[in-house]
Amino acid sequence: MDMMVHPIKVVSAASPEVASAAIKIAARSVNVFYGDKHALKDVSVDVPERAVTAFIGPSGCGKSTFLRCINRMNDTIPIARVTGQILIDDLDIYDPSLDVVQLRARVGMVFQKPNPFPKSVYENVAYGPRIHGLAKSKADLEEIVVTSLKKASLWEEVKERLTDPGTGLSGGQQQRLCIARAIAVSPEIILMDEPCSALDPIATARIEELIDELRANYTIIIVTHSMQQAARVSQRTAFFHLGVLVEEGQTETIFTNPSDKRTLDYITGRFG
Amino acid sequence: MTDVALAAAARTRVARDTAAEARVRARYRAEWRFRMYGLLAIALTGVFLVIVLTDVLRKGLPAFTQYHLNLEVNVDPAEIDPQNTRDPGVIRAGDFHALVRSALRGIFPEVSERAVRRRLDALLSSGASDALRDRVVSDPSLIGTSARVPVLISADADLYFKGLGTNIDRRDGRGAATPTGTIGEISITSTANDFSPDLTYIKLTISIRARDLRAEAERFRRSLRTVEARRGELESSLAAARNANDAARIAAAESALKPVLGDQETLTSRASEAENRAAELQARLDRVDSQETLEDTQPSVLVAINGGLVKVKQLGNARIDGEVLLPLSSESEAAPGAWQIITYITPEANRRAGDREVTWLERLKQMGLVEAGFNWRFFSAGDSREPELAGIRGALTGSALTLLVTLLICLPLGVGAAIYLEEFAIKNRVTEVIEVNINNLAAVPSIVFGLLGLAVFLNFIGLPRSAPIVGGLVLALLVLPTIIIAARAALKAVPPSIKEAALGVGASHQQAVFHHVLPLAIPGILTGTIIGMAHALGETAPLLMIGMVAFIVEVPTSVTDAGTVLPVQIYLWSDLPEIGFQAKTAAAIIVLLGFLFVMNGAAIYLRRRFERRW
Amino acid sequence: MSTIYLVGLVVLVVIGFVFGRARAAALAQAGTLHSRPPYHGLFVALGVLVPMAALFVIGVPVGRWIVESQSLSAYDLGPADALKRDAVLRDIQSVIVGSYAGEATEALRRAAATYVSLRWIVNGALLTLGCAFGLLGFALSYRSLAAPFRARNHVERFVRIVLFASATVAVLTTVGILMSVLFETIRFFERVPPLDFLFGTQWSPQTAIRADQVGSSGAFGIVPLVTGTLLITTIAMLIAGPIGLFAAIYLAEYATPRFRAFVKPILEILAGIPTVVLGFFAALTVAPSIRGWGQAIGLDVASESALAAGIVMGMMIIPFVSSLSDDVINAVPQSLRDGSYAMGATRSETVRKVILPAAFAGIVSAFMLAISRAVGETMIVVMAAGLAANLTFNPLEAVTTFTVQIKTILVGDQEFESAKTLSAFALGFVLFFFTLTLNVIALQIVKRYREQYD
Repeated sequence: MDMMVHPIKVVSAASPEVASAAIKIAARSVNVFYGDKHALKDVSVDVPERAVTAFIGPSGCGKSTFLRCINRMNDTIPIARVTGQILIDDLDIYDPSLDVVQLRARVGMVFQKPNPFPKSVYENVAYGPRIHGLAKSKADLEEIVVTSLKKASLWEEVKERLTDPGTGLSGGQQQRLCIARAIAVSPEIILMDEPCSALDPIATARIEELIDELRANYTIIIVTHSMQQAARVSQRTAFFHLGVLVEEGQTETIFTNPSDKRTLDYITGRFG
Repeated sequence: MTDVALAAAARTRVARDTAAEARVRARYRAEWRFRMYGLLAIALTGVFLVIVLTDVLRKGLPAFTQYHLNLEVNVDPAEIDPQNTRDPGVIRAGDFHALVRSALRGIFPEVSERAVRRRLDALLSSGASDALRDRVVSDPSLIGTSARVPVLISADADLYFKGLGTNIDRRDGRGAATPTGTIGEISITSTANDFSPDLTYIKLTISIRARDLRAEAERFRRSLRTVEARRGELESSLAAARNANDAARIAAAESALKPVLGDQETLTSRASEAENRAAELQARLDRVDSQETLEDTQPSVLVAINGGLVKVKQLGNARIDGEVLLPLSSESEAAPGAWQIITYITPEANRRAGDREVTWLERLKQMGLVEAGFNWRFFSAGDSREPELAGIRGALTGSALTLLVTLLICLPLGVGAAIYLEEFAIKNRVTEVIEVNINNLAAVPSIVFGLLGLAVFLNFIGLPRSAPIVGGLVLALLVLPTIIIAARAALKAVPPSIKEAALGVGASHQQAVFHHVLPLAIPGILTGTIIGMAHALGETAPLLMIGMVAFIVEVPTSVTDAGTVLPVQIYLWSDLPEIGFQAKTAAAIIVLLGFLFVMNGAAIYLRRRFERRW
Repeated sequence: MSTIYLVGLVVLVVIGFVFGRARAAALAQAGTLHSRPPYHGLFVALGVLVPMAALFVIGVPVGRWIVESQSLSAYDLGPADALKRDAVLRDIQSVIVGSYAGEATEALRRAAATYVSLRWIVNGALLTLGCAFGLLGFALSYRSLAAPFRARNHVERFVRIVLFASATVAVLTTVGILMSVLFETIRFFERVPPLDFLFGTQWSPQTAIRADQVGSSGAFGIVPLVTGTLLITTIAMLIAGPIGLFAAIYLAEYATPRFRAFVKPILEILAGIPTVVLGFFAALTVAPSIRGWGQAIGLDVASESALAAGIVMGMMIIPFVSSLSDDVINAVPQSLRDGSYAMGATRSETVRKVILPAAFAGIVSAFMLAISRAVGETMIVVMAAGLAANLTFNPLEAVTTFTVQIKTILVGDQEFESAKTLSAFALGFVLFFFTLTLNVIALQIVKRYREQYD
């Protein structure tokens, strides 16, 4: 495994090669309705491969809604309706013939609050590979679990207690366990819905470090409330406001020289 | 009260004037009263519960012990195995009851008269020889020897030892008493007025009885006056109707008059009967006579003398005439203090055991032949017409089979329905109809489910009557709403984040539900299921409808055998007139409540043990 | 036959599962599977199960019907009622097993022979057909297996249908109840005019020993039953209403958590006591006591007085009233209480002036549900109230209720076509309709009440 150790850069400058990287996700005029409510309005955006894209904006701006469109988690809400097109590697994920289960195997998700299954640490990570039949044998499965835990930099902390319940870990460890769980099904994309909002600053720092490490292998989208966090971990940033994608670009550009006044107002703390 | 008064006093400082102060105080009094109503309501509920439970316990606990005689029985080969085959089948068919009977007769050799002997035999239960039979069948070498075995006694005899007999008062004779014979009708004369207290006591009971009869007669007369007034009314309306020649009204009045006339007749005869009896007794009381004839409505007086017992028929101050119940050893004079006057205070007519039976039982007890033991038979026997033989094994097995059917049907159905409604149902008309329907079904009277069972399962589908399978089906439908509601609550209590997590790693909706949500809801579902099963275990009415009320001695062995269940057995026994069954009923209730407490306790334990705060 | 069929079914289903899974595992070598192998196995197993089970459920009753009707026609049984039919069928069965008492007639033996040979044919046909269905299902489902085949989705659709079917059982139960009481009620009304039934003041359903017996019609006026039920329910509610409500108020507004934890189990235990136990208590303890006290003060009390049944029924309903009212009172928002306290009202004033008015609708519906429970209660009244249909409002007299009459008519020997038996279903219909209406209204009120404060 190419577990290259990155030097910790709190503010990662957007490197030029990122901008020219291949497009992983392409959204075209995506609209989301919750019953009568028009929650997301005509969003079109390209997400580059193997980079961290941050969605920022005040609460209720539609950033989480958009995130949940990318692995069709909105399907679980009966009144939600999605129009438009989202392509992952040129595959239309809203194609009726597509099996949503396979989509979600490719697009992992980490939630706002750590939500490990009330099972052992091992079982938490092993569940995904098991239902997808990724392991041919017990040894295979064990290897996947160990690798995933290592990638989520949790291995050293839990290797002695793989049979302990996952819910017994600390908040930050739980969130990293959830990341390990997501990694275990070898997704190409990892969606993170405010993954640090329930964590203390030290745990947050560790997760951010982890995200930075993971971007070498995964396309990551992170929804965050914290502009500092967006600035620290992402290469590209999209700003949402009232269901509209206001601006999208290099993180550095968005934070230093936004083109839209609303973005400027938001990052300077006028509202939000 | 003082607390409230103090609190009120402390608060009045804020009040502006005395009128306001008084108002505040009145308000606090009202507050206190209101609070007391609440406490009273709760206390009353608690008292109700305590009364019900103690009443059942008091009535039922005696039924868990059973008295039996420990008799030395001569196992006569002639009655058991005359051909000396030693074949268990032959032995089993032997007349063991005759052996036991003759063993008992051997203790009271003086009983020779047929009618009296029959009364002695009646002390034994019809299952008296069961223990002997079992022992001899398992050990044929006992044939020809004698064996000491427990012998079951009749329910009346059993109840006598359990204190439903009579208080017995004993007093030593002060004078020297001389009997005129040893058996049959004899007289006993004492040198002192030993019997005068009894005579006074008997006179007293007569006067009380006369007073009661007069009061009763007065009550009848009172009712009679009302009836007569009603008759007058009806007759005048009848006359009016006749005048008007209105056939319908005439018919109505006549039909109304008929029962009134009947009532009048009965009441008149009952009143005069009571009056006559009262007058008779009064005459006896007024007679200046130191003799009194004892009747079975008065306490029985007996004399124990020279090792025998005499039942008094004519009572004088110093002399009695009576009948020998236990033969005397001699006619010799008994010294003061060497003989006793015994009173069975409950009149013989109000007792299940007559004076003879009491005498025999007391004698058996003196001989140390009476023993009490735990009533295992109650748990090992099926139903019976004899209270002392009846047990709840059949009912328990029936209940178990019925509940098994219920569980097998309603657990999968209930959980399936709950999962569908909670996880997969799309909000539409059909779903709404199902939900409303489940809520309403939970409140449909249980007897209506019985009608469903009768019309659909018995008459339409043609399943066997009285069978646990039908009972189980009906109860399953009955508790289905309970289980669905409990299972839905349990599923709803699982936080959605768990399901999301599963979906997030690519589990399908059903995989998320069956792998994660359902396992976490299992304790809640189990709790609800146990409570539903407890409800089913106590349910009676619908099972009456499908014929589970038949008298069935055999213990059912399959779900299609005819059987009954515990609550229905309770209902059946409670309807029987024998007093022995009252205790059995209460004992069966104790068993039922015991099961329910265990089940509910298990439910509470599960709830506490697996209660999870998310 | 059924056993052989079911064993065969299980065997074929297991074989289907094993083969399906093995095939999927083999396919997995070639390319990526859409679904995991066990789902392919399950798919094939279901492909076998569904046709075979369907054939069983439909075929067995049809087969039995064919056998029975053919053998009955061989017996030359003319037009006969169900009872006669059943008797002849039982005779045929006992001839077959050789337990027939006495000499079997020629017709009976002929019928038995028909029965046996037909049963052979029908059973053989069913088994063969079942095998064929199972193998066909196997072949079809096995053939559709392929790497991209969405076996999981198909299996899940089946599971979903099964779950939906479970949910509809409750609806089917209601329909079943409605059908079973409705049809018999209509037949009852063919014999007794509905108006006589609803407004007649005489209730004495006569048993006809023979169909042609004189005076077998009886009187079927439910007014005495209505008044009897009403009387007992009223007594019960007079007891359970205030006690239950005050207990609920105390528990919700005054009690400390510890006291609540102590009292709640008492209420739960009382609620958990089976009604047959309360009936025993009513009949053997309460009724004689009331009779004794009544006589002590010179009142003539029936030994099965409405009062005894009513009191005990009231005890039964207390936990019901109190827990429902407790919920309702707790649903009143704290802000209303705070508002009242802020004005200097005492607790009781708050309860009486603010909480009870706010919770009024909910409490009314709680009482309605309690009344419906009391009206439908059976065992207490069966054991403690009488059978005599007296038209009276005197609680010291014996009265009878709907449930008592239903139970009395339908327990024991009955003749299915008589007006008496049918009348029980008519009573059941009225009872069902009444309680259902009460419940629907009460649940609507509760729903609206909850929405108001949600």
